[in-house]
Amino acid sequence: MPIPPPPTAPQPDPAAVPARLVLQGIGKVYPTVVANDDIGLAVRAGEIRAILGENGAGKSTLMKIIYGVTRPSCGRMFWEGEEVQVESPAHARSLGIGMVFQHFSLFETLTVVENVALALPGKPALDELAQRIVEVSARYGLPVDPRRHIHALSVGERQRVEIIRCLLQDPRLLIMDEPTSVLTPQAVHKLFETLRRLADEGCAILYISHKLDEIRALCHTATVLRGGKVTGECIPAQETPASMARLMIGKELPRCEHDAPQAGGEVRLRLAGLSHASDDPFGTDLRDLHLDVHAGEIVGIAGVSGNGQQELLRVISGEEPLAERFPVQICGVEAGRLSPGRRRRLGMAFVPEERLGRGAVPTMSLADNALLTAAHNQGMVAAGFLRFERARAFARRCIDDFNVKCGGPAAAAKSLSGGNLQKFIVGREILQAPRLLVCAQPTWGVDVGAAAFIRQQIIDLRNRGCAVLVISEELDELFEICDRIAVIAKGRLSPVRAAGATSIEDIGVWMSGLWPGAEHAADAPAATETPHA
Amino acid sequence: MLELEARAEPSRLMSWASPLLAVALMLVGGLVVFAALGKDPVEGFRVFFLNPVKDLYALSELLLKATPLMLCAIGLAIGFRANVWNIGAEGQFMLGAVAATGVALYFGDSESALVLPAMVLAGAAGGAAWAAIPALLRTRFNANEILVSLMLVYVAQLFVSWLVFGPWKDPDGFNFPQTRMFAEAATLPIVIEGTRLHFGFAIALAALVAGYAFMNRSHAGFRMRVAGVAADAARYAGFSAARMIWLGLLLGGAAAGLAGMGEVAGPMGQLTDKVASGYGFAAIIVAFVGRLNALGILLASLLMALLYIGGEQAQQYLNLPNSISMVFQGMLLFFLLGADVFIHYRLRLRRRGA
Amino acid sequence: MDASLFTSMLFATVVAGTPLIIVALGLLVNEKAGVLNLGAEGMMAMGAVAAFAVTHESGNPWLGVAAGMGAGMAMAALFGVLVLTLMANQVASGLALAIFGVGLAAFVGKPYEAVALQAVPPIRIPFIADLPLIGEALYNQQALVYFSWALFWGLLWFLHRSRAGLVLRAVGESPASAHAIGYPVIRIRYLAVLFGGAMAGVGGAFLSVFYTPMWAEGMVAGRGWIALALVVFATWRPLRVMVGAYLFGGVMITQLFIQGSGLQIDFPSQLLSSLPYWATIVVLVAISRNRNTIRLNSPVSLGKPYRPDA
Repeated sequence: MPIPPPPTAPQPDPAAVPARLVLQGIGKVYPTVVANDDIGLAVRAGEIRAILGENGAGKSTLMKIIYGVTRPSCGRMFWEGEEVQVESPAHARSLGIGMVFQHFSLFETLTVVENVALALPGKPALDELAQRIVEVSARYGLPVDPRRHIHALSVGERQRVEIIRCLLQDPRLLIMDEPTSVLTPQAVHKLFETLRRLADEGCAILYISHKLDEIRALCHTATVLRGGKVTGECIPAQETPASMARLMIGKELPRCEHDAPQAGGEVRLRLAGLSHASDDPFGTDLRDLHLDVHAGEIVGIAGVSGNGQQELLRVISGEEPLAERFPVQICGVEAGRLSPGRRRRLGMAFVPEERLGRGAVPTMSLADNALLTAAHNQGMVAAGFLRFERARAFARRCIDDFNVKCGGPAAAAKSLSGGNLQKFIVGREILQAPRLLVCAQPTWGVDVGAAAFIRQQIIDLRNRGCAVLVISEELDELFEICDRIAVIAKGRLSPVRAAGATSIEDIGVWMSGLWPGAEHAADAPAATETPHA
Repeated sequence: MLELEARAEPSRLMSWASPLLAVALMLVGGLVVFAALGKDPVEGFRVFFLNPVKDLYALSELLLKATPLMLCAIGLAIGFRANVWNIGAEGQFMLGAVAATGVALYFGDSESALVLPAMVLAGAAGGAAWAAIPALLRTRFNANEILVSLMLVYVAQLFVSWLVFGPWKDPDGFNFPQTRMFAEAATLPIVIEGTRLHFGFAIALAALVAGYAFMNRSHAGFRMRVAGVAADAARYAGFSAARMIWLGLLLGGAAAGLAGMGEVAGPMGQLTDKVASGYGFAAIIVAFVGRLNALGILLASLLMALLYIGGEQAQQYLNLPNSISMVFQGMLLFFLLGADVFIHYRLRLRRRGA
Repeated sequence: MDASLFTSMLFATVVAGTPLIIVALGLLVNEKAGVLNLGAEGMMAMGAVAAFAVTHESGNPWLGVAAGMGAGMAMAALFGVLVLTLMANQVASGLALAIFGVGLAAFVGKPYEAVALQAVPPIRIPFIADLPLIGEALYNQQALVYFSWALFWGLLWFLHRSRAGLVLRAVGESPASAHAIGYPVIRIRYLAVLFGGAMAGVGGAFLSVFYTPMWAEGMVAGRGWIALALVVFATWRPLRVMVGAYLFGGVMITQLFIQGSGLQIDFPSQLLSSLPYWATIVVLVAISRNRNTIRLNSPVSLGKPYRPDA
């Protein structure tokens, strides 16, 4: 991530400008967890304040409380000096609070203007509203066509719609929840320009993130959360990433040990001119993909979500079989038409992106979840009947070897935290001693400690001679663990580069589809706008 | 004000207690219904709920009624677990009865010991064949199996009435819509002397055991359970969705067909246009009330049989239409669905604005 | 075919299609909100018996229609409590409602089985009813036929022109998003479910008070299920519901006319009567073949329970 110059906006004089929003002693208790505990916070007009914390620190809950989606269990909230209880998002909007959600709250089958109309009070005429959208989008550099349907928009465009929807209500406080997780590095720069401009006009901004570089580049002040509590405040420009990380996780950021790969391993996964038309009308077609993954190396595929990652994963895993055999070759076998089970028997293991509901059955025990993919490989089936003791023993091994904190093999998958469940799933796949491991977003939404552990396990597996393919939207992660990196954009795959021979900036440019020799380099500006699944 | 609060873990206690709670609520509801109809609730309760279990003969009638319910429900439960919604068991039941009747009529007065086994096979095959239509249309053309299997109930009913009014009508039957009575060799043997309880009951019990083994112990049953609660996980693990649809519908159809065979070769001894009398639909309730597992289905089928017979008793002694049993059956399922919320949620008192 | 036969077949087709239109349009609103109510058959049966009983007792068919509507809404409210407040499974609850409604209707309708009602005279619209061929068939009809047309136009306007319709579609697509921007998802879904129940009740009332007019157990004869199939067939669009309903009406009427025509065709009447059910299956298959037609048009959250976290 390139680090732009530190923020130049002046610190507003605390005495001259009354705090726009003040929180005192906010708490939120769920049956299983205390999400927020005695949180205090103040943000002034023109201030961009970061809410920093890792996954599960309570950031999103806090923002939902401010926006009236969720009610706090205790605490007080002051808006421009007056105590308020925000009853609903509509109430929040009427106060002048706008929010851009991490998982967009847009309606795919409706048009941009209909989406905006739904969030505005009264009954605006759609034609007039479309005109206003055009005006606002021109003023803030957020181009979007009000007549288009959301499902036809790229992720970046959708975010613009969310922002415009807020701006049309002249917000005096804007909440941005993890806004950059879906953007290319270049798009992040553009977003920051817009946010700075808004702050200059006097809007207060709460910026939620766990990305230290971005916060240092954008935010004037930061409030750090850990385990639902405020653990500190700081001025990001005066901190180092390491010092902020200490505030955020209470220790140094763990790093993985990563030595040079063994050269000359056999090809374990080969994509040989893989093309596939998505059967989802909003999906991305894969076009002529070529890739070799060798034993003893980790290959990463970067890209903005919705550029064909889901489709590629389904085709490799076998969930979507092809019409022909040769385009996907696993351990030397042309496997394009094989079922996921047959591919597993060739030595492939697969860690999907969604943990609950795909990688694991939420309501079933860990032992039952071991049966999900390891049944045949680990001898848990005899004559069509299940051998439960073997499933329990295998689940126990996953738990012990991968430090899974849980109530044992009988615990339901959904009772585990995200990090622990991911460790279990990765463990289940790795302990089957695969010859090829395919991982999608292996550490998405996982706490820092678990993420480092999982990355190290993947590297260790590669050191034992396994071929690994990692598909991720986190560039930092790819650069940390991969030996070679490629980019997927609009269903096409870039050339593969040794990780040491490229940089985050270059890969960021490639994520727009602009790599050397790319067929559609001509329509470069539009290339950032790839439709989202 | 009262509100529901999610439990951290589903309550094991409630998953057992909620059927009992539903039964209790239904009994209370029953007293209210009797009172509302101007009947003495205590007398109504006695006639409806106690008469069906008052002596050995009454109990044998109860088991007789429970037999087709058990069979249909265990078959349906296998599909329901995988979210394969076969609600056409009523039609599959009739086609099983038709196929078995075809065999019985074909053999006529033959005394061969092979007639009954052939009828059993034909019954299962007839039901499975009828269920194969929604299975084929679902896997091949993505057509909703709920609507297709349901439409086929009406088709089956009309088909049966065509047969018994037309080609299969008993020539000596005074024009009644029914076939000839089956020969001795085409009738299921009685298991308790002096009652009507026939060998089909043993078949139903065996089906429950087989259903238990399949759903709880076999890999195929595990795959279907996964598909039911997390379709994406099943896809990820590589369990074939089409195979599960076929399996769920064919097993459900075969079981319902067997039940139909048991009716024509058992208490009826012939095919009439009233052969199914709602067993296929009642079995849906049995499957849900029985928690989609074998033991639960055994108990639930006895309960539902009690409601059926209670309805007949109410008609005879209380002068109430026997469709009152459907009212009770519906109440039972509603109370169960409502009570189930407490498996995942608990009630909590909350003060306004807190 | 001579002109009078054409007119009478068209007349009968419109009559046969009308209950399907009313019920299916109600279900369409219901499903647009993301709630799948498979209990239409039960709601129709209850609507039919309530309407019949009240008409019989009061002598006023309009009181009967109101009662049918009320009965349908009461059944829908029961369903709503189960799936919206108690978050029960929508498929199971809908099946329960279908079975229960049919049973309860049979039970309360027992005393009315042998009773006949006086036929309600049609309403003749001046001048256009004199049009040749179609005038008598279309404009000398029961009031509820005109109501079904009004319902169609009203719904078109509601879904695509009104703010409330926009909110309804939004709730059906993504209840979580609708909640996040501040709409009362559960309340909106309740209203949609009640509307579905009301229309199912009116559809049932049309059957027992205007169409036959009599009450018999099982007289709804799967029309609730056919209406559910129609909504899928119509890919959740009102115009296609109209076309589909009249198509089905046409199939029903044609087989009746063949049976009643005395034409010496060697085909049993029972098998002819199963034609509408086969037609439903065929149409379902035709429309479902292309998975994308369903996926693109069905309300995204259809059938999925939703509960806002407090």
